Amino acid sequence: MSALTLERPRSLKAALASLAADPSLMPIAGCTDVYVGLHFGTTPERRFLDLWGLKELRGIGVDGDALRIGALSTYTEIIQSTLVQQRVPMLVAASREVGGAQIQNRGTLGGNVANASPAGDTLPVLAAAGARIVLRSQSGTRTVPFDGFYTSYRNSIRTPDELVVAIEIPRLQGRQWWRKVGTRRAQAISKIMMAAVRGTDVRIGIGSVGPTVITATQAAAVLSGGGSIADAKAALLSEIRPIDDVRSTGEYRATVAANLLEQFWRET
Amino acid sequence: MRFTLNGKSRTVNAHPMKRLLDVLRGECGLTGTKEGCGEGECGACTVLLDGVAVDSCLVPLAHVAGKKVITIEGAAATRTGKALQNAFVEQGGAQCGICTPGMILAAAPLTSHASFDEIRTALAGNLCRCTGYPAIFRSVQSALKASKRAR
Repeated sequence: MSALTLERPRSLKAALASLAADPSLMPIAGCTDVYVGLHFGTTPERRFLDLWGLKELRGIGVDGDALRIGALSTYTEIIQSTLVQQRVPMLVAASREVGGAQIQNRGTLGGNVANASPAGDTLPVLAAAGARIVLRSQSGTRTVPFDGFYTSYRNSIRTPDELVVAIEIPRLQGRQWWRKVGTRRAQAISKIMMAAVRGTDVRIGIGSVGPTVITATQAAAVLSGGGSIADAKAALLSEIRPIDDVRSTGEYRATVAANLLEQFWRET
Repeated sequence: MRFTLNGKSRTVNAHPMKRLLDVLRGECGLTGTKEGCGEGECGACTVLLDGVAVDSCLVPLAHVAGKKVITIEGAAATRTGKALQNAFVEQGGAQCGICTPGMILAAAPLTSHASFDEIRTALAGNLCRCTGYPAIFRSVQSALKASKRAR
């Protein structure tokens, strides 16, 4: 424990300065994932930057036509937010299934994004919503599309001196749909999950079926273009890369992914 | 590091990255808070941090500076704590006891008019391997009813 260090900046400006000076610092907030890795010895980092106290990264509000969710918004804050309930009910549904109340009280949306796990519960929602990620460093702010944010397993285009400061979600038209499949209803890491929007266009995000969350553009194009559900399922299976791991098998995931697509289409 | 522990001011000299769970059981000598899984799955280490249920195995000591922490030793002072403790005894909600402190603190923030569904949701992050959940849910329902009557 003595080998660990923790910097506790008092402002976002100070946090960005620390990160610019030492990009090897690992930013932490609700610690719901970092502390699991630390306890079981799977987190190699030893130097940490605590963002938890930074008020600039909190708050949920409307910015132009988009909903802006501060990176430190917890799942509980998202579940209780009238704005999120009205605009992105699928994000409320996904947040309700992240761990139990104790985890929802501490885990943050920005943490889920930055952690870059392919099993991150909110990530299929952000994919289906066409979200944007707001990144800030000492040299400025850039807003990037969520599609393309992840480059490979656990890697993203975020540079080491940047912080995820907010997530923007455009106004969505059409019906939203969410389903997570795990070993049990509560407290399970997903075997597979899907978020989808059925409006003039169809958008589909799917998690735990590849090295990163996947935006299923081909399956969505088939459905948007009036194609059959059989063709859409075939398209979906061509764009996911499910594997066997401790939680499930590739075969199970492929079968359930196709079933979820059909369920989404039937229920919306 | 100074914080309020079960209503009393407390200063602890420990590394800011140390798990709150270890500080409570070690430096503070309060062993009522149990460690189950150490990874936020079982809820046995649940405490209240400024009135909100958290897994103390996933909270750095740094995050409690200036805050109020309530453990099972101080639970009787919460709005429903005493009623919950009595109900768990009367209704058979406790068996081996390892999950019980976490169950009681996870239930403590519930309001007296909470529905059965709200009780289940509040306890979704707490695992029990002895009684099965019906006795625990019954205990919480009974405690909420008692705290309503008391008002």
